[in-house]
Amino acid sequence: MALAVDTLRLTAEGAKALLEGGEISAAELRSAYLDAIAERDGELHCFLRTVDETEEDGIPIALKDVISTKGVETTAGSKILSGYVPVFDSTVAARCKDAGLQLLGKTNTDEFAMGSSTENSAFGPTRNPWDPSRVPGGSGGGSAAAVTAGMTPWALGSDTGGSIKQPSALCGNVGLRPTYGSVSRYGIVAFASSLDQVGPVAKTVRDIALLYSLIAGPDPQDSTTAELPEPVELPQGDSLAGIRIGVPTELNEAEGIEPGVREAVRKAIELAESLGAEVGECSLPRSVRYGLPCYYLIAPAEASSNLSRYDGVRFGPRSVGESYQELVERTRDEGFGDEPKRRIMLGTYALSAGYYDAFYGQAQKVRTLIIEEHRQAFERFDVLACPTSPTVAFPIGERAADPLAMYASDLLTIPSCLAGLPGLSIPCGLSEGLPVGLQLIGPQFGENVLFRTGHALEQAIGFDTVPTRWRS
Amino acid sequence: MTWEAVIGLEAHVHLKTRSKMFCRCPVGFGAEPNTQTCPVCLAFPGALPVVNRTAVEWTMKLGLALGCEIAEHAVFSRKNYFYFDNPKGYQISQYDLPSCINGKMIVPTAEGDRVIGIVRAHLEEDAAKTVHVGGRTGRIRGADYSLVDFNRGGTPLVEIVTAPDIRSAEEAKRFLQLLRQTIVELGISDAEMEKGTLRVDANVSVRPEGSEELRTRTELKNMNSFNFIARGIDAEIERQIGVWESGGEVRQETYDFDAATGALTPHRAKEDADDYRYFPEPDLVPIEPPAELVERLRSELPELPAARIQRLEGELDLERATVLVTGGLDRLWGDTVAEGADKVAAANVIANNLVGAGTDPAVVSARELARLVEARDRIPRAAFDEAISKLGDPGFSADQYLAQEAVSDEGELEPIVARILDANPGQVEAYRGGKDGLLGFFVGQVMKETGGKANPRVVSELVRARLSR
Amino acid sequence: MAISREEVLHVAGLAWLALTDEEVDRLTGELDKILDAVGIVAELDLADVPPTSHPLDLVNVWDEDVPRESLPLEDVLANAPEAENGHFRVPTWR
Ligand SMILES: [Mg+2]
Ligand SMILES: [Zn+2]
Repeated sequence: MALAVDTLRLTAEGAKALLEGGEISAAELRSAYLDAIAERDGELHCFLRTVDETEEDGIPIALKDVISTKGVETTAGSKILSGYVPVFDSTVAARCKDAGLQLLGKTNTDEFAMGSSTENSAFGPTRNPWDPSRVPGGSGGGSAAAVTAGMTPWALGSDTGGSIKQPSALCGNVGLRPTYGSVSRYGIVAFASSLDQVGPVAKTVRDIALLYSLIAGPDPQDSTTAELPEPVELPQGDSLAGIRIGVPTELNEAEGIEPGVREAVRKAIELAESLGAEVGECSLPRSVRYGLPCYYLIAPAEASSNLSRYDGVRFGPRSVGESYQELVERTRDEGFGDEPKRRIMLGTYALSAGYYDAFYGQAQKVRTLIIEEHRQAFERFDVLACPTSPTVAFPIGERAADPLAMYASDLLTIPSCLAGLPGLSIPCGLSEGLPVGLQLIGPQFGENVLFRTGHALEQAIGFDTVPTRWRS
Repeated sequence: MTWEAVIGLEAHVHLKTRSKMFCRCPVGFGAEPNTQTCPVCLAFPGALPVVNRTAVEWTMKLGLALGCEIAEHAVFSRKNYFYFDNPKGYQISQYDLPSCINGKMIVPTAEGDRVIGIVRAHLEEDAAKTVHVGGRTGRIRGADYSLVDFNRGGTPLVEIVTAPDIRSAEEAKRFLQLLRQTIVELGISDAEMEKGTLRVDANVSVRPEGSEELRTRTELKNMNSFNFIARGIDAEIERQIGVWESGGEVRQETYDFDAATGALTPHRAKEDADDYRYFPEPDLVPIEPPAELVERLRSELPELPAARIQRLEGELDLERATVLVTGGLDRLWGDTVAEGADKVAAANVIANNLVGAGTDPAVVSARELARLVEARDRIPRAAFDEAISKLGDPGFSADQYLAQEAVSDEGELEPIVARILDANPGQVEAYRGGKDGLLGFFVGQVMKETGGKANPRVVSELVRARLSR
Repeated sequence: MAISREEVLHVAGLAWLALTDEEVDRLTGELDKILDAVGIVAELDLADVPPTSHPLDLVNVWDEDVPRESLPLEDVLANAPEAENGHFRVPTWR
């Protein structure tokens, strides 16, 4: 008789202890999560598919469907990849296997990770566990909602402009977007190569640090990865003595930030001060004014090129065409949804003859300014703090018809992404009964200081990650 | 009015690295279709390129050989276009920041040394191979469908672009011979046009002699030998002069040169629009070669063909010097001369007899060759030819051949000469009528008669003597 | 107007998207709004600011020229919509 596990509360560390203590078998643990999926995924639609069995016998995990898994369909939430079964593992999937993590399934995502609500998935939206009428955020809404809903102890997502941090904020759990170059992109269905990063989603900062330690580090198959300057430390302790926290005015007072969000974040920063942190104001004026425009030129430009390989020649569904060109044009028109088309068009335009300098070229220079502004801020501070998302989870459909409103969801996460810096989102309270995320931004390869700060705050805040409607 | 041609060349060279440019699939011909492919060169979702270090070093080495500056900061870009041999939808290629720029190559010509500017030499990847099925076999027009084999896709290519400094088809040919020999001697490519490991396009325009203007140029593609290139360029120069002189306008076009018919046919357009939307490849990082690396590569350079031709010109005429150097025969020639052989005789024997016999110059003993060159008139022709063909054999010695003295005894040869002349009264008439060229015919007959043993010099004297009576 | 219908059609041509008329109309409006919004990067005078194409300053990342195992042919063609004796089959260029 297996002991009953409450997957809504069980952390990865907890699961590890149960397995190592022999209190539960890997199979029993797996079926506990599969039961949770069976019970709640009908309502939430976090998973695009589950995996029947794996050879691994460690902690279960779920992977965002942009992460190539050998022998397991990988669609990136797009019709143009439906039925595509990779013949190779992404480096992160391989590292998870090496660590014995057993794959539960592949989680829902906005098509090609392009979106902030997971409504752009070709296979239907994911719903927020706190309020199923609302979005879980995106693009990694599937992974974030699955963790909160106890369908997996932890998961991997991918973040280009906020796709890990923002869903974690809206679902009330912890998400890390690592330093650009710390985690391999090999085998990740590419969106924007100079921005994409894979990272963990979990219920606690310690789980995040643990999973990060399993996937981080250089990969000979990804020329843009680097050696970590220091080993990953599992955070412990509750003091923030000696930590200097900078509060960027523009990121905390930007228009569109809901009062409830601002209030919860302000309280969390005060709490940090009471834990011994030095708190001071700082400024990232151009990062905030020009970050979003810069991002929406660079990311689509790279995407327009990265999505050229979807031509119906070597993989994926193929539309009928008399000639090669007709076949490719129809395959792409029928295979891509509205958002990828929008970004392919935008990016192609930004790179096209006569517009390159004014748009893509100029954006690359703006990126230089944004990096410089952050560098200066980190001369004075160890961590920057601000809201992760300007708002709490919004109703499904609210922004679907207005691209610019949707793009604004990432206003606060995008600048540090452009700078290639790590960002950690932890839940810091509720507003209108919905989770609010605190975003902690670190210097390049400063994950450890984020873990330490996040962990201490997490203890002090004592946020209950179980959605109120499921508390008994 | 007289016209002057303005010609620039674009050469693509396959580097003979063991693995591809951006993945470690093996490079090689003759493998079964798509068996030398992987997620990277098939552009499967999520696959990423990784630069081949050797390809980068060889490109810089070639750049140094072409007198280029080696960029301290080179960058790979994406050239975006759709075609079924281009799986990613972009080709990774150096673009605005190539590894090698501003070089020059000296081309010794009859009119003295010509300096041809090298605008750039950059590294890129080759496209896949496509077979067109149905319709006129192999041709894309009218084909029913196409089959793609990605084995060749991703092979490292160096593209070399010259300045429009070339003034004639002959000069273009000389430049290419020197370029090819340089590449081969660097050991970075076989540079064989027949195999497609060397591909050349030519940009051609004409202008009134002496003017500095640059008129509309056309591009010639798909010429698979140096001679075809020369013929193609000549044909295009002629065509353009015709157009201008008949009051027309040369239009910017790309032509395929059909060597068989000598016809120039307009090349099919690949992309609807030529807007490649280049931008820096974000999956790769810049190349900033350390000074020590560049110096090491420079120190590894051999003496280059052009320089060797210049050196030989002091001792031989340009033609012989060029043939020896571009044939990779000049070292053997030098050694043979050092062994006491006559310079011109040695050049002729090496360039004609030795090459004709298919003997590998690399394994020939210069000393034995020198002895044969020196004795070539004294020993029977047949013996000489056989010796030359055996020169490459291990432990070859000329002794047994040198022992076979040719017959020079007039008393022995007189009657044979007489018989030959009597047997060919017609030719004798013609010769007396002034057809001196027939001398060779008579000598040849006598040689045949004597089974190649007669001394040709003595025979021709006897023939001349008899017929002048 | 930041972008015209004709430009949208031209860009769709470059991107090889066979857009329906309805899509072209909608995208023209959307792209116009988006380009207006992102266009503000033009406000900045960045003449002497170097561009960043990478947040990580690495150089000379390369691999030794040592061949590795390629994919088995069955894996190469596993996802191919249409294959013929070891090749990927496509309609030809017209
Ligand atoms: Mg090229
Ligand atoms: Zn390969």
